[in-house]
Amino acid sequence: MADIKEILKERILVLDGAMGTEIQAYGLEEEDFRKGWFEDHDKSLKGNNDLLSMTRPDVIKAIHEAYLEAGSDIIETNTFSGTTIAQADYGLESAAYDINFHGAKVAKEACDKYTALNPDKPRFVAGSMGPTNMTLSISPDVNDPGYRATTFDKLVVAYKEQAKGLIEGGSDILLVETVFDTLNAKAALFAIDEAQAELKTEIPIMVSGTITDASGRTLSGQTAEAFLISVEHSNLLSIGLNCALGANALRPYLQVLKKKAPFFVSAHPNAGLPNEMGEYDETPEIMADQIKTFLDEGLVNIVGGCCGTTPAHIKAMADLVAAKN
Amino acid sequence: MSLHPDYQGKYEYKWSHLPNMRISGLEPLEVTPESNFINVGERTNVAGSKKFLRLINEGNFDEALDVARNQVEGGAQIIDINMDDGLIDGKAAMVKFLNLIAAEPDIARVPIMIDSSKWEIIEAGLQCVQGKCIVNSISLKEGEEQFIAQAKKLKQYGAAVIVMAFDEEGQADSYEKRIQMCERSYRILVDVVNFPPQDIIFDPNVFPVATGMDEHRKNALDFFQATRWIRENLPGAHISGGISNVSFSFRGNNTVREAMHSAFLYHGINEGLDMGIVNPTMLEVYDDIPKDLLEHVEDVLLDRRDDATERLLAFAETVSGVAKERKVDLSWRENPLQERITHALVKGITEFIDEDVEEARLSVDLPIKVIEGHLMTGMNVVGDLFGAGKMFLPQVVKSARVMKKAVAHLLPYIEATKEEGSTNGKILLATVKGDVHDIGKNIVGVVLGCNNYEIIDMGVMVPADKILAAAKEHNVDVIGLSGLITPSLDEMVHVAKEMELIGMDIPLLIGGATTSKVHTAVKIDDNYNSGQTVYVLDASRSVTVVGSLLGGKSEEFVEDIKTEYVKVRENYAKKKDFKKFLSLNQARENKFSIDWKEEDIAVPNKIGNQTFLNYDIAELRNYIDWTPFFYTWEMRKKYPDILTDDNFGTEATKLYNDANNMLDKIIAENWLEARAVSGIWPANTVNDDDIEIYTDESRSTVAHTQFGMRQQLQKAKNASNVNVADFIAPKESGHKDYVGGFVVTAGIGIENKLAEFEADHDDYQSILLKAIADRLAEAFAERLHERTRQEFWGYEAEALSSEDLIKEKYRGIRPAPGYPANPDHTEKPGLFSILDATQITGVSLTESMAMLPAASVSGWYFAHPESHYFGVGKIKMDQVESLAERKGMNVAEMTKWLNPNLAD
Repeated sequence: MADIKEILKERILVLDGAMGTEIQAYGLEEEDFRKGWFEDHDKSLKGNNDLLSMTRPDVIKAIHEAYLEAGSDIIETNTFSGTTIAQADYGLESAAYDINFHGAKVAKEACDKYTALNPDKPRFVAGSMGPTNMTLSISPDVNDPGYRATTFDKLVVAYKEQAKGLIEGGSDILLVETVFDTLNAKAALFAIDEAQAELKTEIPIMVSGTITDASGRTLSGQTAEAFLISVEHSNLLSIGLNCALGANALRPYLQVLKKKAPFFVSAHPNAGLPNEMGEYDETPEIMADQIKTFLDEGLVNIVGGCCGTTPAHIKAMADLVAAKN
Repeated sequence: MSLHPDYQGKYEYKWSHLPNMRISGLEPLEVTPESNFINVGERTNVAGSKKFLRLINEGNFDEALDVARNQVEGGAQIIDINMDDGLIDGKAAMVKFLNLIAAEPDIARVPIMIDSSKWEIIEAGLQCVQGKCIVNSISLKEGEEQFIAQAKKLKQYGAAVIVMAFDEEGQADSYEKRIQMCERSYRILVDVVNFPPQDIIFDPNVFPVATGMDEHRKNALDFFQATRWIRENLPGAHISGGISNVSFSFRGNNTVREAMHSAFLYHGINEGLDMGIVNPTMLEVYDDIPKDLLEHVEDVLLDRRDDATERLLAFAETVSGVAKERKVDLSWRENPLQERITHALVKGITEFIDEDVEEARLSVDLPIKVIEGHLMTGMNVVGDLFGAGKMFLPQVVKSARVMKKAVAHLLPYIEATKEEGSTNGKILLATVKGDVHDIGKNIVGVVLGCNNYEIIDMGVMVPADKILAAAKEHNVDVIGLSGLITPSLDEMVHVAKEMELIGMDIPLLIGGATTSKVHTAVKIDDNYNSGQTVYVLDASRSVTVVGSLLGGKSEEFVEDIKTEYVKVRENYAKKKDFKKFLSLNQARENKFSIDWKEEDIAVPNKIGNQTFLNYDIAELRNYIDWTPFFYTWEMRKKYPDILTDDNFGTEATKLYNDANNMLDKIIAENWLEARAVSGIWPANTVNDDDIEIYTDESRSTVAHTQFGMRQQLQKAKNASNVNVADFIAPKESGHKDYVGGFVVTAGIGIENKLAEFEADHDDYQSILLKAIADRLAEAFAERLHERTRQEFWGYEAEALSSEDLIKEKYRGIRPAPGYPANPDHTEKPGLFSILDATQITGVSLTESMAMLPAASVSGWYFAHPESHYFGVGKIKMDQVESLAERKGMNVAEMTKWLNPNLAD
């Protein structure tokens, strides 16, 4: 396997775009989410997208391939909610390991195929680790600010299982993303540390946070620089920002990371802010235009898309990056 | 000032090849060689503060938080938290206090120092803090193995560490032991654990002086010298200490203690001490220490005399123990009631809210008015600040808590004024599955609760089945759903469908940041027919909406909503259709058709071009539209209101004065020259889209053809697809029409002045001048247009007020090539050529068709009463091809210029 660190010193790499948007286009039904694995499960599973790597690997692989075809160097596994904690809503805590193992496996197969087609452009699998639906720094009960719905230890256990599944399924990188509460991310990094020690691996780690509002803070209140400082004890491949805001709004915070981080910097913004119907409006051209300013400014080493982005968005970015590289 | 005999001068940091230590709360703290000294607040320590111990023992965490807050407000850059006491559950207290601090952004902004001698408390603490902490402390006390294990864990959690000078034999109490233990610890941390050296802080033990025992005489001096040695010999390591220990012998005499702390810090910092646990309110300014007291104190600290202790003790009795009081700024308490309440809400201060709310309650006839008046006024300020990015979410949550406390105070009074036992109805509130945002929902709950509704609050991330089950169980009258992130929109649709499925018929309220009336009407309302869905814009509307839904006239209200939503849906559908395009030919058929009448066509007083050189800037000054000037400075308020605006007023007035002073100089010293050329020519529209301009009234020779662009988006009924050519009479109509054009600049000479400012690195003046020149150019365009209407074309009789000018309330327009009404930039050279503009005014066009100097404006004049501004918007390829053919350009070239306007 090529060394991604060395490649990043040479050129900018392209991540993929949204998974949810693409899955939606397939118009899948309840049975697709159960097929062969959860036929008799007692809760509705439609919408639990992470299961599709197991029940409809053909669909997930096709989406991965669409992004690889568009020019992605790194694709994210379909495992954003693949922790026992996030799966609890569906009563599928027991499926967490399989979701990650198969999520990584199907992504790896797609990557291997494209790497074989063009060995000069090796493709990498980034095991996606989402924030879960719990917050370690914020009380869900406004009357009891000291209350916490879960603990650091519980998150470490959940993340460790996810990390192991992702690594054993063939991930080349782990990506702790959409960090809205830095303490959750610290639990993920702690868990990755333990998983890697047990499996005797040392695959690179990317961390990507989310700035949620005009104040330039994470949901849990940290500035971009404070966020960086809070996770830089881990030997990261990259730190960056994704989701929540469009590319333009991310720029000042990326500048902070670029200036202060001892790591590569990544960005995978949304296709703008959602409109009043909750849809994302920015076309591939508009987004590519904004990404171009990132490239011209030398702000980022890894670019890609989050909510609302499609293979067409990624293609527009990949073309830009190819011209730049 | 005298120092100890071995003093080598102020310590200079020599490890700048290493990264700086960086720690964080909500905000970063970087310890640089220039930071001098980082002070760590010590009052939140049960071992050091009797008051804090009592508060924790009593479980009075609110006041305990105030202790922390006071320290931060008093200047602590880090706060030390210690819960080590035999009688309290230290681990539970640490966890609870840290979790509470996480909800207090004005405390949590600084990094935390987790202070305990028990490893399990340290680890529990690390699991509660998102920022990078400092752990205080670990040491070799229990041997190397445990030291290594703990250091490895700290590295995994990501914390800096204080290492005590302590080993298996005990605490280091001499210079030699201090440096020996610190060096040993350092080598293990750096060589074995691979701990980042810049994250190591040594505490070489601050021990009391002037105890009367000889072996303590060198306690301070040894500390100073060990500090120097460590910083010179252990790369990157920092030094900290618990400063108040040194004055232990003088408890009760704060004057001496404060002087001693300050003197200790002064000398410690000179030796390389760069961090310390201090009580900032127990520090005298070094230079303010009376000289005689200072001398006695320093004699002791530096061990300069055999009788130093006795002399200081004797002297201490002569100085009174009155210490200086330094208090947190409470001046806001002097302000009027509403300002105090607003301040408390904005800052999240609960301390005085009860008394303020009580005062407010006594000033109104009904207690509910305090909520609707005083408290809502304050919350609106919070909302504005949040919207402007000047507050962030955790702070808003704090405001909500102050609000809650205020309401709690009022509730008994509100209860007392209403009828026994009855409520107006039961409302179920929930933030939908997948979403954790609930501030808005909670405010709605508070407001409705205050209006005598019973609230069943299901919290956040509530799945549909739970909402429905609870709604049935409690037999609620209304369900309210909230959400902030976009996937919540779909989840709300899902809840609505489920409600329909099980045959519910109660009203469904929708609110939250991403929700909208359109989405509610189009996606939710349509899925829930058995009951009414209502979009609620904000908390303040929730009362009237619920009141209407549950009141006597609910049917009328629901009817109104239904009618409104039908309209919203129709508009939405139209807007979607709207995105259909017509072919260019179809669009031409739907042109803006004017009923051509001779009396609507003004015959100009003067045909041909005229030149204006060195135009009087003093005259143009009166035509400046100042609002865009402030926009340039990102102050988005209208002039002149902005000058008295609460937010911008002071700065805007300053800026306005600066601009006017500069204008005075521009005029007096001829900084800028304004030039213009304008013309009016015989013209007619040909082939629907283009305007032929003739050399003279014979209309036989075409001097120039101006090519126009036409809107192609399918319009609503009765709306046209406009092209500026529609405003000029077509040749075949037989009417003789006219068109005008102009180029103005106010930027001649600006480069010299800008170069001067830039040589002075005076960015402000430079930007100011550019902004003023831009305004002058626009003012010139306005003035020239006015003179054209009144003198040269001559169809406008009386002068308009400047306000009407700005609102463009006159007849005729002056659209610029490259702007919305004709986005084709390649039309500029033609305009410039018939005006001979470059030759006359000195304004040239760059290859991308920008005008140089930048403070220039160009455009066409149209005089027909029905001419108006519009935007061409998106066009299709057929128009690009047609334009290319008409203009004799190749299609690729034309496409490049019009790309921003090209649909899909």
